[in-house]
Amino acid sequence: MASLKALKVRINSVKSTQKITKAMKMVAAAKLRRAQDAAEAGRPYAERLEAVVSSLASRVAIGEGSPKLLAGTGRDQVHLFVVATSDKGLAGAFNSNIARLARRRALELQAQGKTVKFYTIGRKGRAVLARQFREGFVHAIEPGDLGKLGFADARGYADDLIARYEAGEFDVAHLFYATFKTVLTQEPTEQQLIPVAIPAAPEATGAADAVVEYEPDEEQILADLLPSNVAVQLFRAMRENAASEQGSKMTAMDNATRNAGDLINRLTIQYNRTRQAAITTELVEIISGAEAL
Amino acid sequence: MLHFELVTPEKLVRSEEVHMVVVPGTEGDFGVLEGHAPFMSTIREGALQIFRTAGGEPETLAIHGGFAEVNDRGLTVLAERAG
Repeated sequence: MASLKALKVRINSVKSTQKITKAMKMVAAAKLRRAQDAAEAGRPYAERLEAVVSSLASRVAIGEGSPKLLAGTGRDQVHLFVVATSDKGLAGAFNSNIARLARRRALELQAQGKTVKFYTIGRKGRAVLARQFREGFVHAIEPGDLGKLGFADARGYADDLIARYEAGEFDVAHLFYATFKTVLTQEPTEQQLIPVAIPAAPEATGAADAVVEYEPDEEQILADLLPSNVAVQLFRAMRENAASEQGSKMTAMDNATRNAGDLINRLTIQYNRTRQAAITTELVEIISGAEAL
Repeated sequence: MLHFELVTPEKLVRSEEVHMVVVPGTEGDFGVLEGHAPFMSTIREGALQIFRTAGGEPETLAIHGGFAEVNDRGLTVLAERAG
């Protein structure tokens, strides 16, 4: 049986771990609120842009001259997986859930004879995927604190992706991230990033819509908006990821705090028992010593 | 009054009733009053002028990239950066 001193040391060490996990939970809770507000604040822009792109796209016939971002390259061979995770661990299954979804999809596509390349945003996702897929890493970004990413960062990633697309490095890009549902559930999500998936335009736009004047013309506006749309989708994914990461971290740290509490209780009982046993032994020795006299 | 909204990817910057807004379009500035015909234009980097009242002093905001849309609900400016 462990000595009293060893138990005492153990209890104290678990107590300080518990203090840390508790503090991390508080920090995650505070950051979560901010990340959630930010994710909500970004919605109006994304919704408007989506509406405009879909109404423009329905007006422009897809043909030879239409932008590649909309029409695609005409091939379906090389797939690029943009896997957005975070740089830090200690967030429960947040990073591994996203990576697992990406891995499953990659294996499916490879089984169909397609080439899969990876473009990772976040160190953790890269680490998990690199174990299984040694080749095909195009680029890896380490974004640091997800909550501090601005639209300019997303724009930079998007420009890089579009440049690679124009250079013919890949035909289709998929984006992987975790959608924030609630604090307890974050859903790993896959979304087609390039070519731009056009959501179905609302049908009854009315007669008023038919006389909209465009300046410059529709094609030109669309050519301007498509790269923006890629950036906005990326940005939205980052925001969702930031909220999901904090939500996941909060839950994970809450569990850790509770587990530490249970462990402390168990160890304390063991400590008390051991101490009592020592006292009893001592008493027995004294009494039997006295009787012997 | 004209319903005016200025949105960036990060947040909804403005949503208010104003008299007139002058937007720096790619092919020239244009003013939008209440009841403007449906219109859509990309914008260039420039100053957005907001007139709260007729003849009053305009408030200017620097905006960068994006587009402006006028429909029956009013004017929406989607800028990549504002302020």
